[in-house]
Amino acid sequence: MIQNMRVKATTIAVTLYLLFSSSSAWTSPAEDRQQIRAFYQQLFPQLQLDDYAEGVYAIDQDAKASWLAIEEFPPYEFALEQGEILFKRPFANGSGYADCFTNQGIAIAQNYPYWDKQKQQIITLASAINACRKINALAPLAYGKGEISTLLAYMAYTSRGQRINTAIPKDSKPALAAYQQGKAYFYQRRGQLNFSCATCHLDNAGKYIRSEILSPALGHTTHWPAYRLNSREMGTLHRRFMVCNKLIRAQVDPAQSTALRQLEYFLSFLDHGLPLNGPSTRK
Amino acid sequence: MSTIKIRSKRLADYTLVRTLIAHPMETGKRKDDETGELVPAHFIQTLNFKHNDQLMSQCQMGFGVSKNPFFSFQIKSAQAGDIVSISWQDNLGYSDSAEHIIR
Repeated sequence: MIQNMRVKATTIAVTLYLLFSSSSAWTSPAEDRQQIRAFYQQLFPQLQLDDYAEGVYAIDQDAKASWLAIEEFPPYEFALEQGEILFKRPFANGSGYADCFTNQGIAIAQNYPYWDKQKQQIITLASAINACRKINALAPLAYGKGEISTLLAYMAYTSRGQRINTAIPKDSKPALAAYQQGKAYFYQRRGQLNFSCATCHLDNAGKYIRSEILSPALGHTTHWPAYRLNSREMGTLHRRFMVCNKLIRAQVDPAQSTALRQLEYFLSFLDHGLPLNGPSTRK
Repeated sequence: MSTIKIRSKRLADYTLVRTLIAHPMETGKRKDDETGELVPAHFIQTLNFKHNDQLMSQCQMGFGVSKNPFFSFQIKSAQAGDIVSISWQDNLGYSDSAEHIIR
């Protein structure tokens, strides 16, 4: 009896130790990614990794059928045409967007966001477009919707099928810190409803919130910009982040703020290797 | 840039013609977020669908149709090389039309 209790006590102690050590131990970004992917694999055993690029449609068959029908003649085509025209139109000084990017801006969206060692900050594709405008003495574009989303649509379209290539430079502590802050933002509960990003998209992924199924966080950065059927216009990834924060009644960080760039960096690191399929249509 | 996009697909029993139109389709009931004033109504009133110059369908529409509306038509006895055309007129007098050759 006493021996039995001792065995139990030891088991509990070992369990507690394991629990404590696993939750408090520092994990590397690669380990985070492995753990999160393993979690989703257990949750959705029917999915291959590439399927996550379809977002919620990977796990909602009815919505997927209607999405595929819409994608045959997608509503973002007008924006795409507009984006191509804007992208190719030279600025007043004769240069153009293509001159600001490697490979003339074609098929490069998968390389964003990345850590810029000289500027010591995360460079997203949208911020690179505005940096390009600044060099050419043009006013910056608003980040949420409108002209920037058409430019992003064109750049994403030329990058379709490319695999997301987000890495954290090994020799840069600030880059790792930015990733860790993005991760912290993802798990931090906030707002009147006390939700974190993880509450919906990790803990409750695949479950219903009213009539909608919650999408997994893996694959959240693959398909932007998106034509939202509820707003009937194109919007950027950061606009979607802002709407999320508004819905949970939290303080809304502005598009391309440091916090949201860090979040994009974190999510994009999780999505490393997934195919890009933007622009897209979303409910 | 035309406001009308047309695509067709020949299937076993019929030909599917789909069209997407860029139009604001304002109801006249919506208020501007900033000024608080009503946005004037602006919507497509008639849409004509023709197959080789023969009017197949005329849609009389009101403001209850969504922004950038999408329509699809099914026509029997369409051959490769046939021309389908779509035109619209709205309540402010604007109009547009486009032609498409079935392949």
